[in-house]
Amino acid sequence: MDKTQYKNVFVFVEQRDGVIQSVALELLGKARTLADVLGEKVVAVFLGSKISDSCNALIEYGADEVILVDNPNLKDYITEQYTQAVSQVILNFKPSIMLFGATTIGRDLGPRLAARLGTGLTADCTKLEISEDTKELMMTRPAFGGNLMATIMCTNHRPQMSTVRPGVMQKMPQDKSRKGVVTPFAPKFDTSKFIVKLIKTVKEDKGLVDIADAKVLVSGGRGVGCREGFDKLRALADVLGAEVSSSRAMVDAGVMPHERQVGQTGKTVRPDLYFALGISGAIQHLAGMEESEFIVAVNKDKFAPIFKVADLGIVGDVNKVVPLLTERLKKKL
Amino acid sequence: MKILVCIKQVPDTTEIKIDPVTKTLVREGVPSIMNPDDKGGLEVALQLKDQVGAEVTVITMGPPQADLILREAFAMGADRAILLTDRKFAGADTLATSNALAGAARTMDWDLIITGRQAIDGDTAQVGPEMAEHLNIPQITYVAGLEYDGKKFTVKKETEEGYQLLEFEGKCLLTVLASAYKPRYMSVGGIVDAYSRDVEIWTAEKIDLAEEKLGLKGSPTKVIKSFTKGLKQAGEVYEVDTEEAVGIIISKLKEKYII
Amino acid sequence: MDFNLNKTQQLFRQMIREFADKEVKPLAAEIDEQERFPEETVRKMAKLGLFGIPVPKEYGGAGGDNIMYSIAVEELSRCCATTGVVVSAHTSLCVAPILEHGTEEQKMKYVPKLASGEWIGAFGLTEPNAGTDSSAQQTTAVLEGDEWVLNGNKIFITNAGHADIYVIIAMTDKSLGNKGISAFIVEATTPGFSVGKKELKLGIRGSSTAELIFTNCRIPKENLLGKVGGGFPVAMKTLDGGRIGIASQALGIAQGAMDETVKYTKERKQFGKAIAAFQNTQFQMADLQTKVEASRLLVRSAAFKKDQHVPYSADAAMAKLFAAETAMEVTTKAVQFHGGYGYTREYPVERMMRDAKITEIYEGTSEVQRMVIAGKLFGK
Repeated sequence: MDKTQYKNVFVFVEQRDGVIQSVALELLGKARTLADVLGEKVVAVFLGSKISDSCNALIEYGADEVILVDNPNLKDYITEQYTQAVSQVILNFKPSIMLFGATTIGRDLGPRLAARLGTGLTADCTKLEISEDTKELMMTRPAFGGNLMATIMCTNHRPQMSTVRPGVMQKMPQDKSRKGVVTPFAPKFDTSKFIVKLIKTVKEDKGLVDIADAKVLVSGGRGVGCREGFDKLRALADVLGAEVSSSRAMVDAGVMPHERQVGQTGKTVRPDLYFALGISGAIQHLAGMEESEFIVAVNKDKFAPIFKVADLGIVGDVNKVVPLLTERLKKKL
Repeated sequence: MKILVCIKQVPDTTEIKIDPVTKTLVREGVPSIMNPDDKGGLEVALQLKDQVGAEVTVITMGPPQADLILREAFAMGADRAILLTDRKFAGADTLATSNALAGAARTMDWDLIITGRQAIDGDTAQVGPEMAEHLNIPQITYVAGLEYDGKKFTVKKETEEGYQLLEFEGKCLLTVLASAYKPRYMSVGGIVDAYSRDVEIWTAEKIDLAEEKLGLKGSPTKVIKSFTKGLKQAGEVYEVDTEEAVGIIISKLKEKYII
Repeated sequence: MDFNLNKTQQLFRQMIREFADKEVKPLAAEIDEQERFPEETVRKMAKLGLFGIPVPKEYGGAGGDNIMYSIAVEELSRCCATTGVVVSAHTSLCVAPILEHGTEEQKMKYVPKLASGEWIGAFGLTEPNAGTDSSAQQTTAVLEGDEWVLNGNKIFITNAGHADIYVIIAMTDKSLGNKGISAFIVEATTPGFSVGKKELKLGIRGSSTAELIFTNCRIPKENLLGKVGGGFPVAMKTLDGGRIGIASQALGIAQGAMDETVKYTKERKQFGKAIAAFQNTQFQMADLQTKVEASRLLVRSAAFKKDQHVPYSADAAMAKLFAAETAMEVTTKAVQFHGGYGYTREYPVERMMRDAKITEIYEGTSEVQRMVIAGKLFGK
């Protein structure tokens, strides 16, 4: 393989019902820094049906070029339709790097493409860098339930592909003055392979907001104990305009729903303020929250590992600290 | 109906700890288990067996000790078990693994392939879709429900926002979520018989694949280093009474302009 | 000599541990509190074949051995002693005597449904005036034509009211003493059979313990189990096997209390350190663990001998004696290690201590076990 033919950092732009997903903008932000190191372009690969109006946003968030594949076959994400389109984009434009969000779509499409193109794919990366010597992509990801980090490279195949967890990378501030080009692309579809049919898409109001979007999180663990304990957390969250999240222990115990779990098997969050209340700080939990801007931990055990990542630690009983803090904040705010 | 279920033996990652001194992974005493999502996949296959009398074959790639999860699969109700084991498979990344499994699948008869969504040691979720591509069959990932009317399958696929209902006829590969399927326990009678049944041992020669696609040679990705995470610097920790603690929290948050 | 479980037994232990932790443990406090028979767990266990572990496949069982059966009772009792004794009484006291002493017709008629758990079994020997002296039977069975007519009362019968099949010991000829005792199979639906008062107990409160009342209860002649006058050896052999079950139950309770105490003493801090870090804790716990492991070896050895069809009566008695007294000691100390919390129902050791006591009493008190062991030692 002649690697020199492959250039530029491509981002698969995930949209749902025409709405560009936050993870795509985060990837554009990361792609921007990678491309700047390489002296290459950031290219957004944008697939869907009747989506051309949204191309500008991609440029404003860091893309130099948008490859627009606008086709009724691509209205909803279905594996084969999208694989056919994206693989033709890759074969035609020859990117050096291709990034996907580690969502149910990116994690379905990425490996299918990797196998079709015979290249490598590194899943759920938390860090992407360019190696100083060979200018190749170094992809770092957690393994063994977050206990170990591994840095992976794909040196003999192109593109170098990776999925990245939502919430890990940071989007650029929107820059309305940025300019870029939109390149329409029309793939050829082999409809005989469209075997799986989408019957319907159902949005379930699981009664929740995405904790990954919250600016302030009030998170509880084993030390909170029970549902009544979480009511106290909710009161604190209400005062702060925050969301309530939880460690795995409380999800396993059935006290909190999985959607509100922070950590390796839950969500990665990076709020401005994270309260870790009665959370001991198992490595799986730390993996999901240690990037938070400011961490306040309250725990009875002064040796709890959570204190090693907390910006402010209080050794004490959450069931006493939380109600008093709530009361004081109510007065002040 | 013939169903091929791909399963993997993994260390129980919830039991893994970091040695506080050497900062390395302590694997000693960590039990090896059948990967939870794969067990969910086996349960889907066994439910189809209960419903329409499917023949369920389990296959795993791994060291000889992986025999244990195949015995477990027998005791849960699987009909046939294959262990792909050969030094030539060693060092495989997801692509090489999917090639080996697809190479084995090509030598067999099946109507449906089921795997778990992902394995808890790697969490990549790649082997299933890659295998489907090699075999040129469609895939549905994140399966949380399945209905079969004798001809057509209707599948519930979980998404971030809810779910999708998808339909297909003919061959397909499904990757299953453990959370949607509570696997059955091994039956006592199944356990008693498990070790008197035959686990087929397949080496690289037995499968339909060129050798350069196997193991380390067939792996485009390479781990160049692995390390345990460095933790960020610890902040101040106060051991004071509740009143004072609340005061400290509020003043710190003010100082940082968070409130 | 091999002290390791074989692969089948290991696989079985893996399954039953997971089953006990996930299905049995969450209900343990509730069924104790409500004194409720764990019907839902019984259905789940039946589906897995746990009511026919050491029963040959030709009689609908799983074809396992007594070591597996012992592991099952141990692991269930580790989480919930009530659930353990449901399986133990059914298997050792009802299925086993029918398998060992029944005719081919009786075995074909009763064992498959018992092994599948469709029917639950129980055993009636104890009477108000025939406890440790079980030869003083007052329940009578008289042959009238093609039927045996039973009259009398049995008390403290485990699984009573929930069982479908009862193995009943009764006097057929009082003048012959022990040799006038016979065994019978009684179906719960037989007219003249009824279940009386349910006992309110200190421990194993979810287990049903009640009186059986026979009032001109007529059963077919062919329901005689073994020979006329052969009931006393049937009862004694049945209890030998039962003791492996109860010893396993005691072992499980002790292990459960050890596990809870290890966890608690590592979490609980006093004077600035975990109480597990104090040498007093460590030394006492080391002694207790040694006794638990010794119990386990005695239990496994008795089960192994039963599987090998060599005499195991004294072995079973020693296993039960030692495991029961160990369970009592371990659970009492477990409560002590837990301090005030241990005395409350917030922690399971309180229940375990109450549950442990019965293992020193039923299926032969500790004193009876000493009699059996001494009998072997000195010759009868």
